[in-house]
Amino acid sequence: MLLDFFDRLRQSSIPVTLGEFLTLLEALDTHVAGFSTEDFYFLARTTLVKDERFYDRFDQIFGEYVQGAESLFDAVVGEIPDEWLRLSKKLELSEEDRKRVEALGGWDKLMETLRERLQEQEKRHSGGNKWIGTGGTSPFGAYGYNPEGVRIGQAERGQGRAVKVWDKRQFKNFDDTRELGTRGMKMALRKLRKFAREGVADQLDLEDTISATARNAGYLDLKMVAERRNAVKVLLFLDVGGSMDYHVTACEELFSAAKSEFKRLEYFYFHNFIYERVWKNNLRRHNETTPTFELLRSYASDYRVIFVGDASMSPYEIASPGGSVEHWNEEAGGLWMQRVTQHFPHLVWLNPENPAYWERTPSNRMTRSLIGERMYPLSVSGIEAAIKTLRRPANANPPDRPLQ
Amino acid sequence: MSNDKNQSGNPGTFQAIESENYVITEDLQLAVRAARALQRPLLVKGEPGTGKTQLAIEVARSLDCQLHQWHIKSTTKARHGLYEYDAVSRLRDSQLGNDKVHDINNYIIHGTLWDAFESDKQSVVLIDEIDKADIEFPNDLLQELDRMEFYVHETQQLISARYRPLVIITSNNEKELPDAFLRRCFFHYIQFPDSETMQKIIDVHYPDLKKNLLDAALKVFFDLREVPGLKKKPSTSELLDWIKLLVAEEIPADALQADNPRSLIPKLHGALLKNEQDIHLFERLVFLNRQK
Repeated sequence: MLLDFFDRLRQSSIPVTLGEFLTLLEALDTHVAGFSTEDFYFLARTTLVKDERFYDRFDQIFGEYVQGAESLFDAVVGEIPDEWLRLSKKLELSEEDRKRVEALGGWDKLMETLRERLQEQEKRHSGGNKWIGTGGTSPFGAYGYNPEGVRIGQAERGQGRAVKVWDKRQFKNFDDTRELGTRGMKMALRKLRKFAREGVADQLDLEDTISATARNAGYLDLKMVAERRNAVKVLLFLDVGGSMDYHVTACEELFSAAKSEFKRLEYFYFHNFIYERVWKNNLRRHNETTPTFELLRSYASDYRVIFVGDASMSPYEIASPGGSVEHWNEEAGGLWMQRVTQHFPHLVWLNPENPAYWERTPSNRMTRSLIGERMYPLSVSGIEAAIKTLRRPANANPPDRPLQ
Repeated sequence: MSNDKNQSGNPGTFQAIESENYVITEDLQLAVRAARALQRPLLVKGEPGTGKTQLAIEVARSLDCQLHQWHIKSTTKARHGLYEYDAVSRLRDSQLGNDKVHDINNYIIHGTLWDAFESDKQSVVLIDEIDKADIEFPNDLLQELDRMEFYVHETQQLISARYRPLVIITSNNEKELPDAFLRRCFFHYIQFPDSETMQKIIDVHYPDLKKNLLDAALKVFFDLREVPGLKKKPSTSELLDWIKLLVAEEIPADALQADNPRSLIPKLHGALLKNEQDIHLFERLVFLNRQK
């Protein structure tokens, strides 16, 4: 039965290897964990998953798997913990509450509905609906996100909390990585990282010289190294929503590739064009934003700036104040872009759209002229060309940057 | 190596890790136990200030083992943890005609892992902040951590562990670690404690703290963590520092409560917020709130 679990993990592209799976079996064999589902969950997680990014995916698979295999687990563990859970649950509820629960078809039905509701909410949430806000009128208002159930588990550790641990999906925010198909882009982005240590070997490597001289029986043996500059720092701006939805996958691939390649990488999201605010968390884009002025203040000009977006929008969104599709912008997007290009001389724009169509959209032409024609297609060759541009010294950039 | 296998097969070694001043959650407990039983290194990640380094110290204490700490810097190389050959001293000694020069062993400096491998009983090795080092660093240690042995080329000597040490590795996620390395480790991500765990943590550090001060402080703390856009959210260690200050200054609990107009900016917030942009942001928010 565990082989099936292993297969499912592999299918969801969590990088689990056979060796790790065997380790899990070995661990089960040594009885290092107890026999509860929760213990098994923790043990499996610690042996199989090696990055918190995959915790969320693991939780989901585990949840599905345990649901399917529940009967098997029950056979091993016995009926008691489940019964105990129900019993104490009823004991804790007041008479009134119990009636309400029964009106909904009993505890099982309630839990089932709650689960469905949670899944439903998940879907709607990603669709952008504020479903949570209206939750007050739902039958779960009285019980909230089932705090009772959680409390039972914590008081006496048992099956009750176990289900919650992985169903809560606490690690959702970590899952920002898609490794599949990023290999090619990784190679291209690696070039960007490399130039941190490029250059002529022009510095005396004192330690190496001394030890080489010592090994050389006292004859001086000079060793030189390349000057070691700071690793590349990158600011990434990603376009989300609207016309970019087709390109989200491509963006995500670039994003996941980028994250592992730099020492310092900051990323921000924007919609269509850059205005006075950008944000880091798409779910909270309306209340957790960062002013663009603050970005210009807090990130030095030696940051390499990469925009990712399709630059296809109405020309008003760039040219005129108040042109943004989602909010009233006091100043035109073009002005903001000028400020950004002035502050960050190293800047490129990666466009996931086919370059053949670039000429057709006026907004694309406008964007390109704003950033000094530094727009490249989002492909391996495009990234290579973009990186070449980023590697040029600041003053070698085309001087035709418009002044404010 | 076979005798230490037997050792860990002994059910007595599965005892809980307990400590007077460190709260260890159940899942972390299990991870440590598993790492110990199966003799794999344990990789611990988590927000800064959630007690990653402290874990190794407390594990060593509760298992009554010696702790070997190896703090990694950006210039640290894998061989520094094994041994170093001090060619410079040898050259100097040879020019001064010192007799020591004839024995190369005099110039081999033992590293942390060597010490741990040679210890008479099981020990705990802490490799702290492995992500600070070069990307190749973890790869260079694969064999050494897997087989718990390494070869000293200068003296043609094979150093292998008498008792496989329990290796605890911490990382702050500044660099990705190579897959081959991850595959050999157990992994645990220390989540930021919920308020209940936090209460326990404070209880072990300040057992005599007044209940109402603690409640007020925790509320301020968790509210502060919710402030959007903070560059560095205050973490457990900052909370502990702050409470220490509150206790030292004998600040009463009601000075922290929200209905007190003078407490809009919490007392001594410098212990919680560590950079001026955060403090400015915070003060601005407080100011806006007051206008409402």
